[in-house]
Amino acid sequence: MSDDKVIERGHLLDLLRDMIRVRRFEEKCAELYQETKIRGFLHLYIGEEAVAAGAMCALDAEDTVVATYREHGHALLRGVPAEAIMAEMYGKAEGCSRGRGGSMHLFDRKTHFGGGNAIVGGGLPLAIGIALADKLRGRPQITACFFGEGAVAEGEFHESLNLASLWQLPVLFLCENNLYAMGTAIERSEANLDLPVKAGTYQMPAWSVDGMDVLAVERAVRAAATAVRAGGGPHFIELKTYRFRAHSMFDPELYRAKDEVESWKHRDPIELFTERLRSEGLVTDEVLAQIEKEAAEEIARAIEFAEAGTWEPVEDLTRFVYSEPRGEEAS
Amino acid sequence: MTATTYRDAIREAIRDAMQRDERVFLMGEDVGRYGGCFAVSKGLLEEFGPERIRDTPLSESAFVGAGIGAAINGMRPIVEIMTVNFSLLALDQIVNNAATILHMSGGQFHVPLVIRMTTGAGRQLAAQHSHSLEGWYAHIPGIKVLTPATLEDARGMLWPALQDPDPVLIFEHGALYNMEGDLPQDAGPVEIERAAIRVPGSAVSLITYGGTLFKTIEAAEKLAADDIEAEVVDLRTLRPLDTGAILESVSRTHRAVIVDEGWRSGSISAEVSARITEGAFYELDAPVERVCSAEVPIPYPRHLEEAALPQVETIVAAARKAVGAGG
Repeated sequence: MSDDKVIERGHLLDLLRDMIRVRRFEEKCAELYQETKIRGFLHLYIGEEAVAAGAMCALDAEDTVVATYREHGHALLRGVPAEAIMAEMYGKAEGCSRGRGGSMHLFDRKTHFGGGNAIVGGGLPLAIGIALADKLRGRPQITACFFGEGAVAEGEFHESLNLASLWQLPVLFLCENNLYAMGTAIERSEANLDLPVKAGTYQMPAWSVDGMDVLAVERAVRAAATAVRAGGGPHFIELKTYRFRAHSMFDPELYRAKDEVESWKHRDPIELFTERLRSEGLVTDEVLAQIEKEAAEEIARAIEFAEAGTWEPVEDLTRFVYSEPRGEEAS
Repeated sequence: MTATTYRDAIREAIRDAMQRDERVFLMGEDVGRYGGCFAVSKGLLEEFGPERIRDTPLSESAFVGAGIGAAINGMRPIVEIMTVNFSLLALDQIVNNAATILHMSGGQFHVPLVIRMTTGAGRQLAAQHSHSLEGWYAHIPGIKVLTPATLEDARGMLWPALQDPDPVLIFEHGALYNMEGDLPQDAGPVEIERAAIRVPGSAVSLITYGGTLFKTIEAAEKLAADDIEAEVVDLRTLRPLDTGAILESVSRTHRAVIVDEGWRSGSISAEVSARITEGAFYELDAPVERVCSAEVPIPYPRHLEEAALPQVETIVAAARKAVGAGG
């Protein structure tokens, strides 16, 4: 809590607001999926909000974010407008990826949001390349690379952490450990459950943080981001969290006990943080109601925008397979 | 004119590109201190330093992905994969990232990346070092596939590939590196979208690319001795295919033989044949013939390897069959 920014009340309320925005957004997505407004795969971030909320506020606007297919919350808190995200999920041309990516492939150049990636581990090599370019050009930016603990079993994890460390690249590896790679418990996929020890073998600072505690996340990410930006090379943070909902909308959750899910819900990051702020007299029912109201309005606007959105003409099907002459600038 | 080799021509292209554009850098296994597995980048480390001639660990997925990321973020990387065989370790990055990101992002993120790799057989390197998978890559929308066979193309294809805002794969046939010849002093960039007629002729179109170009030219010379005037079409670029040039040639000769070091099944030769059928069916006076590699993993012993690959004699025989001159 040494950082003034962390203890300032307005900032604390921002963190709470961000987590609530993501929670409500995701809940609405689940409903819209049932209504078949959103199709394809849909992976909800409910339960893990403290990770994106704590991490995003610790990054600079020019940093790049590389995320996974469970990335609605990351995009929203990175500053991609809710309207553009929702329109993307609807598959509308006004979506942040013109409707071509859907839920798993939110991209936004303006906020340096380098995409949801639907191949587990696929974003790690990309992130080190983005960081390599920043380093070669002498820019102060860093790249924040989110991935789940499932990616730790992929070869890309080894290759990318090794290369990032070898070349001392400005990458921040943020491992969201929600204990399950789809339905495979980490005990059944990792020989070494101590992920910081594993990452540390690549000669980079690595530690674990309670991913249900938004302030702990922010503090850790801020410290690591500062160190990376200062030329300290890559850093690794494991964020211990839990997904309250199923892996995707098709998942009957046969692989974990209801008791386990319920016990984690006692550590709901939003409830924990709300109670904490309440006990310190920093939040009232009135303020909470206001936050909820604003979140609901934001989502309502997003849905309205998505509903009013247009379908990309079929004639444009093959656009963007290759760049168009005089299209958006490459960099 | 200056005497040079295919290898030196590629090196000169890399050097030229690095001098022209400071965003260009070369990255791959043993490109620096070793000088390149096939000595293509020999001397470049001394000239440009380790930041721009960047040795990588044996991490194909990571350094190809890093090339994609660096390209997205403003650089113009040349990634060298030692051979096409090892590119399979980076297939996810090439197919799932490089080829898709522009489209998935609705046109926001361009990937101006060049990946060079050695391809082909003929050097007794056995199955795992003899693949010809360029036709495979040509299957994928979002990337471009170049197959320089001549010194001019070895020298000239890199710069336009780097100027391209999208990922370009360049396949250099391993048997060509030592090929010698003359290049004009001012040899430079060439266009990369058109096929080229290397030998004009009117009796049959021999359509090929890359490592089999010179075998095909030799076959054309043999056929000429028998008064069969074969035309040799060098595809040069496998994606996008210059369909117009193929159809134009076949419409004049009315006969086609496709020569491809890839396996026949599901190959680029199959694609070329299909396009001829679709676009010039009524121009054909004979069925399209194909000379491809035998459908076996490429074997080690010389006699078996030779039997597995397209050879001058098999090309001649296919051409004679196509023109009805008997085999």
